[in-house]
Amino acid sequence: MTAYLLKRLAIALITLVLASMVVFAVLEIIPGDPARLMLGMNASADQVELLRNQMGLNAPLAARYLHWAGGLLSLDFGRSYTYSVPVIDLVRERIVVSLPLALIALALSTIIAIPVGLFSVGRHGRAGDTIAMGAAQLGVAVPNFWFALMLIYLFAVWLRLVPAGGFPGWSAGVWPALKSLVLPAIALALPQAAILARVTRSALIEVLNEDYIRTARAKGLPYRAVLWRHALRNAMIPVLTILGLQFAFLLAGTIIIENVFYLPGLGRLVFQAITQRDLIVVESVVMLLVAAVIAVNLLVDLSYAVVDPRLRSRQ
Amino acid sequence: MKLWKTILTAAALVLSAETSAFAARDLVIGITLEPPHLDPTAGAAAAIDEVLYANVFEGLTRIGPNGEVLPALAESWTVSDDGKVYTFKLHSGVKFHDGTDFNADDVKFSLDRARADNSVNAQKGLFAAIDTVEMVDPATVRITLKNPQSSFLYNMGWGDAVIVAPETADTNKETPVGTGPFKFQNWAKGSSITLIRSDAYWGAPVSLDKAEFRIVTDAAAAVPALLSGDVQAFPFFDPDSVAQIQGDPRFKVVIGATEGETILSMNNKKPPFDRLQVRQAISFALDRKAIIDGASAGLGVPIGSHMSPANKAYVDLTGLYAHNVEKARELLKEAGLENGFKATLKLPPPPYARLGGEIIASQLRDVGIDLQIVPVEWAQWLDQVFTKKDYDLTIVSHTEPNDIDIYSRKDYYFNYDNPTFDKIIADLNLTSDEAKRMTLLGEAQKILADDAVVGFLYELPKVGVWDAKLEGFWANAPIQANDLTKVKWTE
Repeated sequence: MTAYLLKRLAIALITLVLASMVVFAVLEIIPGDPARLMLGMNASADQVELLRNQMGLNAPLAARYLHWAGGLLSLDFGRSYTYSVPVIDLVRERIVVSLPLALIALALSTIIAIPVGLFSVGRHGRAGDTIAMGAAQLGVAVPNFWFALMLIYLFAVWLRLVPAGGFPGWSAGVWPALKSLVLPAIALALPQAAILARVTRSALIEVLNEDYIRTARAKGLPYRAVLWRHALRNAMIPVLTILGLQFAFLLAGTIIIENVFYLPGLGRLVFQAITQRDLIVVESVVMLLVAAVIAVNLLVDLSYAVVDPRLRSRQ
Repeated sequence: MKLWKTILTAAALVLSAETSAFAARDLVIGITLEPPHLDPTAGAAAAIDEVLYANVFEGLTRIGPNGEVLPALAESWTVSDDGKVYTFKLHSGVKFHDGTDFNADDVKFSLDRARADNSVNAQKGLFAAIDTVEMVDPATVRITLKNPQSSFLYNMGWGDAVIVAPETADTNKETPVGTGPFKFQNWAKGSSITLIRSDAYWGAPVSLDKAEFRIVTDAAAAVPALLSGDVQAFPFFDPDSVAQIQGDPRFKVVIGATEGETILSMNNKKPPFDRLQVRQAISFALDRKAIIDGASAGLGVPIGSHMSPANKAYVDLTGLYAHNVEKARELLKEAGLENGFKATLKLPPPPYARLGGEIIASQLRDVGIDLQIVPVEWAQWLDQVFTKKDYDLTIVSHTEPNDIDIYSRKDYYFNYDNPTFDKIIADLNLTSDEAKRMTLLGEAQKILADDAVVGFLYELPKVGVWDAKLEGFWANAPIQANDLTKVKWTE
């Protein structure tokens, strides 16, 4: 187990170093000058050069990489070119929106998906199964921005139960803040739930065809007990894998939903930083996300060991 | 079933009880782009002025709702006979929001800072004519110019020329401190910027207690934001979405003019665009009505040269290249290009460019010009098109006011070079007589049209939408600003 863990950690570290090089190099290649963007079309070339010097953009590439990567090691993520504040402050402001939103959406998605998957398996091949999986198919197919807009028109414009968008901040109180996350969380959760329900169903069907399930049934265990005690647990590995991927996506890949609900989340921070060529923000935030994804994957790997005792003793 | 009903009703009650009724003197204004920072003297982004101009920061002069120059921190001024010395009499009793006094020292500091060698003011050209700035007494400033400059008072009204205090100049990006009727309260990044009324304001007090600028980037989200009452005004609304609001009596829709000349820029040094006939052929091939319908929901006024129809110097030259496919083909034939040619059209992100580009590509195809569309981001556009001039054609709206002089700039991305035109702009700069200026501006427009320097398309409209109970917003946008000083709730 320890060797398994150490190996995973070593791979994670190497991934981080390689990712930092790729991220830095890619952003250096894309055209666009942050100084020109800030000064606009009426500024002279000399002035742009002056600002480039002030921003430290004229230092050699390797020196800038080492400076940045060295900063990361001491958890210094640099200062934003456009906002002129430490990147970590920007991330902190956004993570208090993105993290709760991702967690709520993930919880919702799990709460919807697992029962639907179980329901479908219980009625395998019958009308209930067809309807549930048809709905799941629809959930995957419907564009989430459209679904989000429909939610807004129903709950914000017509019923006026929740705001149409925006985030008042946690300082405005837990309830107003949560209220503004309800619709985005639903809009994010539904397509994820649809995918997860399909994965749960197919994993369960596969497990239910195993010999040991037949044996369990043969020795007289009721279907329900077999499903809960033997099948579900064994079907968890693919479900956990998908959950891990979904969490990483929900943390930063939600730019469309963030735009529709004008939420100040991480996705929009990165998007805005890219359009403004605020490279240091893009680089540092992407690295943080890489680290988060690696950490989640590590957790998922560890959770395999929890659901599957064989993995604990294998190494 | 009954249980569900009870739960839903209960939930509805809880939720609705929480919906705070906003006070009648608060206002939430929607803006589409977030300012990168809050210092108007340190960036070109229009979003900075849209929040702060006239609200938080003031200059010696200011630009009014119709583009006129009005007194601001200077209550009056005199100009010497040779047009080189401006003496400004400042308002007394003016305080910055941090409580410090405003006086002539601050004016000298602000203008010297903006024109210093290490200044990164995005409109440094505004201050280029200034020779010295002297404090005569705390309430009087004398500015001496190197040469007479007719636009000087106008220039001092730009957002980039506002007066800042030496103590707070370096922190204005995060916590702006000005002399205006509103003071900065809070910036929740990515979300909103809040201003509150400054009770110590020297001028006429404003009606609003609080103004929150909420950042709503998505045009599709702007409509429900208005309908739900979350946002009460969008002074710059997406033309394509306006049909959804227009019939609703709860809102006012006001279509005004901007200073944004939307043009099909051509690289005047790159063959075949270096030939007059080719540029004229393209100008004839453009059906401006169809472009406005498709790219701007039918809103926007066709232009024939680089001047807003709302400007008093405007000369109507739209008849010069009225849509005429035959004529365009003839001109191409004269240029020896009867078989047409291929070129690229680089399009920045705004809808006027992306949508307009598709339409223009199809219109030019009718005369045999085969355009390859290349979508680019702003950063790429500034780099490739604007700085490196690596382009054939592009579409962009030049939103700066009174900017016809860009065609005389050396090394500007049009690659246009006409000494006669340059001479007119140089004369214009030295002429203060209003009638003579109008004549010169008319000639300048005529030359640009004759040379078909670019394809002149239309003036970008300003589509404003706000709650019908609000009044005092600007109908036009002579500069990109949301002046809230006269905005109030009527009930």
